[in-house]
Amino acid sequence: MRDAKLDLLQGTLDLMVLQTLAAMGEMHGYGLARRIEQVSGDEVLLNQGTIYAALVRLQQQGWIEAEWGASENNRRAKFYSITKRGRKQLAEDTAYWRRLAGVMGRVLAMGEEGAEP
Amino acid sequence: MDRELEEEIESHITMATEENIRNGMTPEEARRKAMVKFGGVEQAKEKQRESRGLPWLDTVLQDLRFTMRSLWRDRGFAAISILILALGIGANVVVFSVVNTLLLRPLPFYQPDRLVWIAPPDAKGLSDATYSVDAYEDLRSMNRSYADVTGYFAFSTPDNEKLMGRGLPQPVTNMMVAGNFFHVLGVDAAMGRLFTEDESRKGGPAAVLLSHPFWEKQFGGDPSIVGKAINLSNKPVTVVGVLSESFDFGAAFSPGSKVDIFTPVMMDDIRYSGNTLTFIGRLKPGVTVPQARAEAKTLFPQFYWGKRYPDSKGSYKDRAYPVLLKEYISGKLRRSLIVLWCAVGLILLIVCVNLSNLLLARAAARSKEFAVRSALGAGKGRLIRQLMTESMVLAGAGAVLGVGIAYALLMYLAHQGSIALPLLSSVRLDWMTLVWTLAITVSTAVLFGLLPGIRASRANVQEALKDGGHGSTEGRKHETMRTALVISEVALACVLLIGAGLLLRSFLKVLDVDLGFQPATSAAVKLDYDEDMKIEKRNAVFADLSRRVGALPGVEAVGLSDNLPLERNRGWGGPRVKGRNYKPGEVPGAFVYIVAPGYFKAMGMRLRGRDFAWSDDDKSEGVVVLNETAARGLWPGEDAVGKMAVIGKKDVRVIGVIADVHSTGVEDQPGWQMYLPMMNSEWGPDGAYLVVKTRLPPAELATSVMRTLREVNPNQPSAEFRPLQRIVDHATSPRQFFVLLVGTFAGLGLLLASLGIYGVISYSVTRRTQEIGIRMALGASPEQVQWSVIKNTLRMASVGMAAGAVLSVGVAQLIASLLFGTTPTDPPTYTAMLLLLVGVALLAGYLPARRASRINPMVALRNE
Repeated sequence: MRDAKLDLLQGTLDLMVLQTLAAMGEMHGYGLARRIEQVSGDEVLLNQGTIYAALVRLQQQGWIEAEWGASENNRRAKFYSITKRGRKQLAEDTAYWRRLAGVMGRVLAMGEEGAEP
Repeated sequence: MDRELEEEIESHITMATEENIRNGMTPEEARRKAMVKFGGVEQAKEKQRESRGLPWLDTVLQDLRFTMRSLWRDRGFAAISILILALGIGANVVVFSVVNTLLLRPLPFYQPDRLVWIAPPDAKGLSDATYSVDAYEDLRSMNRSYADVTGYFAFSTPDNEKLMGRGLPQPVTNMMVAGNFFHVLGVDAAMGRLFTEDESRKGGPAAVLLSHPFWEKQFGGDPSIVGKAINLSNKPVTVVGVLSESFDFGAAFSPGSKVDIFTPVMMDDIRYSGNTLTFIGRLKPGVTVPQARAEAKTLFPQFYWGKRYPDSKGSYKDRAYPVLLKEYISGKLRRSLIVLWCAVGLILLIVCVNLSNLLLARAAARSKEFAVRSALGAGKGRLIRQLMTESMVLAGAGAVLGVGIAYALLMYLAHQGSIALPLLSSVRLDWMTLVWTLAITVSTAVLFGLLPGIRASRANVQEALKDGGHGSTEGRKHETMRTALVISEVALACVLLIGAGLLLRSFLKVLDVDLGFQPATSAAVKLDYDEDMKIEKRNAVFADLSRRVGALPGVEAVGLSDNLPLERNRGWGGPRVKGRNYKPGEVPGAFVYIVAPGYFKAMGMRLRGRDFAWSDDDKSEGVVVLNETAARGLWPGEDAVGKMAVIGKKDVRVIGVIADVHSTGVEDQPGWQMYLPMMNSEWGPDGAYLVVKTRLPPAELATSVMRTLREVNPNQPSAEFRPLQRIVDHATSPRQFFVLLVGTFAGLGLLLASLGIYGVISYSVTRRTQEIGIRMALGASPEQVQWSVIKNTLRMASVGMAAGAVLSVGVAQLIASLLFGTTPTDPPTYTAMLLLLVGVALLAGYLPARRASRINPMVALRNE
């Protein structure tokens, strides 16, 4: 790998946001960005600002909804939560990722053991 | 929205800064680190704004860009598809425009759905659909259904007036209309005004209205002509106005002809000329057509043919049946136009099937691409959407090209004045046609794109990704589907072909009809003569004229007649046997022609008995020549020659019988006809045509004939010397036009079907390359391989033809009323078309068959 950190594809960031919201409940944009950084062990190259594009996309698909509220420090912030449709989408995407990861893993393992006839 | 985002971002950075401060950084450093972590603020805002934009628009644009790239790579396929689509959509646009103009669009009059045409329900030809002046005036005063009633003089002939005083006398066609004609129709004068009551009365000022095209051509579009007088046949007449450009009398009422000027009918002049006026009524608001019909049933029996003859009351009983004017004008065409519409719809269907096939083949080649995209997360919906975008783009491009082709064709059609179809000159591309085009383009795209799209998205990802290739199960399923599509294509093409074949046969039969005269060797020119001349002088002039023209080289016979067959006709009360009493209505009316000696010979008519002689004038016995139908009707089983008949009140002897001549139409049954001599003052002619029999092309004779005419009458205007064949062609032109269109569609369908067959067989050979290689390696000869491919082709084609033939029988029943002299199951037509299809199928399968026979087994087996 050229870079130490992984570049994120558009779809995968969306998935991460959904998963985080499903696990942690309501969060604001900053909180989400920080959480993803933490969980990925800082391996993810993320301009925190890109999260706002993802948030708007997810909103338009109807997978998350937003509400203005007060943060811990009484700052005004927009809070996001996952919707029922979002949970469904999350479940589908997760299953698909697991399948793909399994296939890729097997394929790559094959190469390491030496070529098969 | 933007403000909220600003707030959010600001809040984000503040929170990050605070956290950094908690971790021990100075406020400035904390903020700086927070900004770095965040990344470009402007960038983030941009990205968010981008994502915000209508997401579906984004994906559509993305799809479009991808489609364009993909089609550009496959330029050949795209070009062929667009061409096929253009032909199919273009043909549909043309036919829809024609149908729209002739059937759907309202007439170019004011509130045209209130206008009715009043005529006897079984009227054949215009002379049946007329009434007398007394009936007209009674109708106007006694009716309660109509705001007003108008009409026109149905016996105008072309070039019936001369425009003089502007160089050589110009022939002009004048249509005499009732004074209120334009008011009732709701046609405006573009310049000047319409007729006044005064001008419509005998003895009032002479007025004329010019048609717009005539005004432009003859007077150079000069507006100062309004109010001035012009010399019409040696009489000064004032031009009171010019009609609006959109009004075309001929287009509506006598298709294929044009009218230059209009004058008011002098009712008193024609009061006792018999039935000469057509009736057009404008219904009062709230009055329906059935109500008008009911009233006509009670009202018309009270009218007189002529009030001078009290016992002519009731001659119109049951002879008035109002129908919507639009229905009268284009109703007869409804059947043909609907058939045309269906034919062109079939073409579009074939186009869709063809294109579906092409796309399926293309999708099969791109199966790897789809598999990869599927693996990368594209949902089935996304793939289908992508493919639909492709078909929409193809259909759209095809539609644009098709509309261009259609526009050119429509412009050409609108200027074909010689085709006797009503309203044809106003055919054009309007917004309604464009809406229709949009609708069929979208449906076409959906129809041919959906099937391949669904198949492509369902493709097995694993199978396709495997490097070994085509995947045999996949390929076989594909091929079955494609074969099924081609079979349906062949069936549809078969239906079109057989339909066209039947119509062609009918047309040929129509051409074959024995017209009773020989148009190929005759030509006619309208004769000018002084109507006020005394009859003895006129007879002498005519006899002299006949002699001189007959002496010209190339002229085999000369004659005169007041009317020519298949053009205007006149009907009188029929002849009766002298001495017998008939019940009223027992003798049908007869068409009458006033002729001079030599006419029958000049027309090539077959005469039994003797022709008229110049001596058959007032001083000798009254004579008549009847046609076979009339002779048989009066004296069944006997020879009519020599018998005495009564016409009107005059005794006449039958001196000859001619074979039936078609007077109203080539396809109609000839009615009763009688020919009377011009030389007798009882039957003074109403206009005259000089007819010449010649084997030379008429153009060569024209100058010498016109010169001879001018020698006798210097006032002869420059009239056209017309070959009679042109009159016949004009009469058959609607049918010819129709056959031409349907034939073209059938040809197109055949081409598409053959392309389809070629595509499938070619694909199957490619797919089976290995198998064929093995067979050849095992000893099969190239001929055997070739033959098996051809057998496959024939098998596929014959299934399609069988289905098509069965369908055709059904379809032919539907168009039975359009056929002439041909049964819907006419064996020669079916056989010929089926043979044609077999031939074409063989041709289509031949190239792939040759390719198959050329397969090198070594190469085929090696290639996986």
